[in-house]
Amino acid sequence: MSILNQFKPEFWHNSELSTGPFRQMFNYRRIWKIAVLLISLVTLLPLIFITSIDYNFTQKSIDSENLLRTLRIGSNAKRSISFFLSERISALSFVVRTNNLQELSQPENLGIILTNLRDSFNGFVDLGVIDQNGLQINYVGPYPLEGKDYRDQEWFKEIKKKGFYISEVFLGFRNVPHLIIAAKHSLPDGSFYILRAALDTNRFNELLSDFELSGRGDAFLINHAGVIQTPTLYHSQIFEKIPYSVPTYSTHTEIREEKNKAKEDLIICSAFIPDSPYILIIVKKKDDLMKSWRETRFKLIIFLVISISVILLVILGVSTYMVNSMYLLDQRRLSTLHQVEYSNKLASIGRLAAGVAHEINNPLAIINEKAGLIKDIITYTDTGPKNSRIVELIDSVLASVERCGKITKRLLGFARHIDSAIENVQLGNIITEVLGFLHKEAEYRNIAIKINVADNIPEFQSDRGKLQQIFLNIINNAFSAMSDGGCLDIRVWREGESDVVASITDNGCGMSEGDLGKIYEPFYSTKTKTGGTGLGLSITYGLIQELGGKIHVTSRLGAGTTFTITLPLKPANPAKQDS
Amino acid sequence: MTEKILLIDDEEDFLAVMSERMKARNMEVSTASSAKEGLEKADSGNYDAVILDLMMPEMDGIETLKRLKEKNPDLEVILLTGHATIKQGVEAMKLGALDLLEKPADINSLTDKIHAAQAKKMLIVEKKNEEMIKKIMATKGW
Repeated sequence: MSILNQFKPEFWHNSELSTGPFRQMFNYRRIWKIAVLLISLVTLLPLIFITSIDYNFTQKSIDSENLLRTLRIGSNAKRSISFFLSERISALSFVVRTNNLQELSQPENLGIILTNLRDSFNGFVDLGVIDQNGLQINYVGPYPLEGKDYRDQEWFKEIKKKGFYISEVFLGFRNVPHLIIAAKHSLPDGSFYILRAALDTNRFNELLSDFELSGRGDAFLINHAGVIQTPTLYHSQIFEKIPYSVPTYSTHTEIREEKNKAKEDLIICSAFIPDSPYILIIVKKKDDLMKSWRETRFKLIIFLVISISVILLVILGVSTYMVNSMYLLDQRRLSTLHQVEYSNKLASIGRLAAGVAHEINNPLAIINEKAGLIKDIITYTDTGPKNSRIVELIDSVLASVERCGKITKRLLGFARHIDSAIENVQLGNIITEVLGFLHKEAEYRNIAIKINVADNIPEFQSDRGKLQQIFLNIINNAFSAMSDGGCLDIRVWREGESDVVASITDNGCGMSEGDLGKIYEPFYSTKTKTGGTGLGLSITYGLIQELGGKIHVTSRLGAGTTFTITLPLKPANPAKQDS
Repeated sequence: MTEKILLIDDEEDFLAVMSERMKARNMEVSTASSAKEGLEKADSGNYDAVILDLMMPEMDGIETLKRLKEKNPDLEVILLTGHATIKQGVEAMKLGALDLLEKPADINSLTDKIHAAQAKKMLIVEKKNEEMIKKIMATKGW
């Protein structure tokens, strides 16, 4: 809390001060709140709005980009596989047409053809020639398949109709996954023969794995029943059914989204390979595809968070600074108002005092002259009574008149200097003059006053009225801080060439450190209950500053307080003092 | 030698007592209870000094002083006042007042000032005479 308090601006504590003429103009805490709220709204809302639009837009575009890419890869793969198969069928068709049955029946010839096919198109494992009765009449390859009868097999029936055949992948009695392609050649007499070759599925697998499949994509073939034909990366085994739905027939490459058993989002691309029992399937995990998106998203969120914090910090800082400046200006306005009121009051008191003194002075002059006349009559003529007692009484009257005159003169002197005027002053005299107003109180309260003025203090140019006010204030404060029988020590000395210093030390109650920091603040008073305005020291401080001086205070609770006032012997800035 | 002085003050009581005290000190005193009367009297008599109150109704001391000095620049004027501001004091001195005393004034210091005024006047008169004699001597060819 204490750390928080350090950051709390001044207006926070006194936002709702007094009512009446010296009221603050605004509720600063409210202004601050409204400012922060409004600025935050108009700056952060658009930012958040734009960012969320961008967020959605980016997410969507990455999403569709992923779909498109998968679709493209699917189409390419479909074309490649289709081309791979048709290429080999065409080769077989070519061979079967360019060689008659006799030539093909000779094992040497067939061997040469197989070697040539292998050299031109890889993947050929063996080659067999089957006559129209389904009997394999010639065979070259690693297995003893010559004489095998295919008459009742499905593919033999199918090829009779279509002219060529592509089988699904199967193990057969070789126990190795392979597939069969075959091409038929019909002779003009209606008879036909068939060239049949087994293809190694390794070529298929290589072909499929050649496609660049980002995001751990898996490309494989299934047959129309959904049975897996080539090895997959992380799905079921070969010849098992795929764990997804089998796509319905379409001539185009299709793409769809599906969830697997582990509830992961998948993108599944499917393409029917034309003239074959195969469907190409590409499966990608959406999570992996969206990896780049997640990075972008993270950056976006970090950017948002950082910019929001920076904006908020700036808003808070600027609002606080502005409102605090307003508050401080208002405070200054208030204290100026108070000061004006205070000095107006002093000026009226001064004028009143001057009026009273003047009115008293005239009758006093008459008393003086009449008493003087009585004395004259006694001293200068022989007609009056020669009585030394009367002379004594007259002298006493004259002395009283003189004393009265002194009082009115002092009153006038004090009042006269309320108007600002720079003149030659002697600091010692001013302090004595001020003490003249207070010595009665000092006597009653038995307060000892020690004055020690150094001899080398020159007269200097300053404002007598302001100096009187300054010292009256400080000495008055010292008096109220001391209990009866206290001791006030006033010293004046010269410091360096340019300064004169006066220190006023009392042995009164002193002040705590907390009070010490606030004594020059307007309206800060420890005497509010006894009628203090809390303005005395504030005005004193202002006056000393006007005179180009400095005031310093040291105090110990219970031990007393020392005010040290440093005044320049030459006015630092005459223009300032005129104001 | 007796000094011839004129007292101008709106307070009759003060005038009466003051003139009596002055007379007791071997002075020839005329009094005027207003500035107007004072100006008239100053015209007719050859006074060594005029003692003038600063605060008077109708015409105040400063104005009176100005007129007195216009008519006779050599006339010595001592201002007496219940309360004077520095401004008034400076103005009075500028206008050629001999001094400014505050009421209630000590009779002795006042008489001292009158003596000083008379001495100054004598000096001026002597100087004027001397100049006149020199002038006459010069014109007559001595």
